Amino acid sequence: MTEAAEAGEVVDARGLVCPAPIVRLARVARAAAAGTLVTVLATDPAAEVDVPAWARMRGHTVVRTKRTDDGVLAVTVRIGGR
Amino acid sequence: MIDAASNPVTVHVVDDTTSRVVLDAGGQAPLLQVAREAFVAAIDEGWADPRRLHAEGRRARLLLDGAREAIAAVVGARTDEVALAPSHTEALHAAVRDVALGRRRVGPHVVVGAVERAAVLNAADFVAARSGGRRVTVPVDRSGRVDENAFIGALAQPGVALAALQHANGEVGTLQPVAPVHAAARAAGVPLLVDAGSSLGHVDVGPHWDLLAAGAADFGGPGGIGVLVTRSGVRRTPDRPEDEDRWFPGGVSVPAALAAAVALQAAVADRDRADAARRQLVDVIRHRVATQVPDVEVVGEPTDRLPHVVTFSCLYLDGESLVRELDARGFAVGSGSACTSSALEPSHVLAAMGVLTHGNVRIALPRGTTRRDVERFCDVVPEVVGQLRDRAGVVGL
Repeated sequence: MTEAAEAGEVVDARGLVCPAPIVRLARVARAAAAGTLVTVLATDPAAEVDVPAWARMRGHTVVRTKRTDDGVLAVTVRIGGR
Repeated sequence: MIDAASNPVTVHVVDDTTSRVVLDAGGQAPLLQVAREAFVAAIDEGWADPRRLHAEGRRARLLLDGAREAIAAVVGARTDEVALAPSHTEALHAAVRDVALGRRRVGPHVVVGAVERAAVLNAADFVAARSGGRRVTVPVDRSGRVDENAFIGALAQPGVALAALQHANGEVGTLQPVAPVHAAARAAGVPLLVDAGSSLGHVDVGPHWDLLAAGAADFGGPGGIGVLVTRSGVRRTPDRPEDEDRWFPGGVSVPAALAAAVALQAAVADRDRADAARRQLVDVIRHRVATQVPDVEVVGEPTDRLPHVVTFSCLYLDGESLVRELDARGFAVGSGSACTSSALEPSHVLAAMGVLTHGNVRIALPRGTTRRDVERFCDVVPEVVGQLRDRAGVVGL
């Protein structure tokens, strides 16, 4: 499987400031089935902390965090069962 | 002579603060009444330049030295170990710079906790950068407590000029393990700077430090006075031009210094009572917010903490809206969220702890906060959070 396919759904929150990236991510997560991978792209510095904190509070799991060369943060979360 | 009655100057002061509840006393608390009285008296008695040799100058000097003596007695130091600074920030900068310069032959590195005040982190970067050293930052756990073993390991490395660990964190209230860290620092021969800016006057700061820093405004003194106490054995060199006031050139305001000392004495005399009262009120906030606000994270150490500090973060909200809405309802609170600071960076303390940084409300109760004020606040918070979430369309996410 390619990396793109592994990334599952992508939430593009580049250019948005807190808490908007988390809100967008949460909307997608609410509709997603357990086990789905959701990747959020963000430029807001708070996202690096807030995505894992949100995931912990919501029972999701952070599976990968990457920062691209142009400073975009990509965090992939596996949606937990509710 | 000006006849006041024939030249009436009418000043209309609109007092919209009578029903205000201030819950944001960290770093700058309302001035204690006794400190205000001391300040006013000292403007008359101690207006002169304490460097002058005449009677007026000597009287100002006497007040200034009396202030240092009183502060020394409270922290368990000698008067000549106490220096007064123009601010808490300046006290911290001087502590780091002067020790780094004095111990430059030992090495260029500075060990700090990740949740130290920005003044400490920035000063550590500053001194490390100019001497080719590193700022070694020791992580904290989810409660904000520094990793004690990692800190001890880091300060025992070669080339460490100074280590800095706060007594307690002023944003989240968590106490730090200063006693074991100081014992290890002593064994390694590294001086330990303890920032007691959020603790002094609120809890016993103890004897586990080589340099101790604080700011008077936090414990009910006036703004414009910082305190730096340096044990006599600590090697340091002034990192600034020569001045009669070696550590803080130009000295400080004598009335402010006296008021600061009086505030500290009053705070300490009332400490146990104020601790019990405020600790209970923080417990009320911690419990009611956690149980009555959905999707909230109350952060910081629940028991091993400062008596008056509590912080919580609300999912999907921005800190600025919370601060403004609570302000509109009569409550002054702080926030560590990025949207409330001029920089876009969130609180480095919340970030280091790995807790939610948005939707943050930061509380430091001033002395005299009543149960009624706190219960009213706890009534209002769930309502405000609910309304803001409703408006933002994030209910049920």
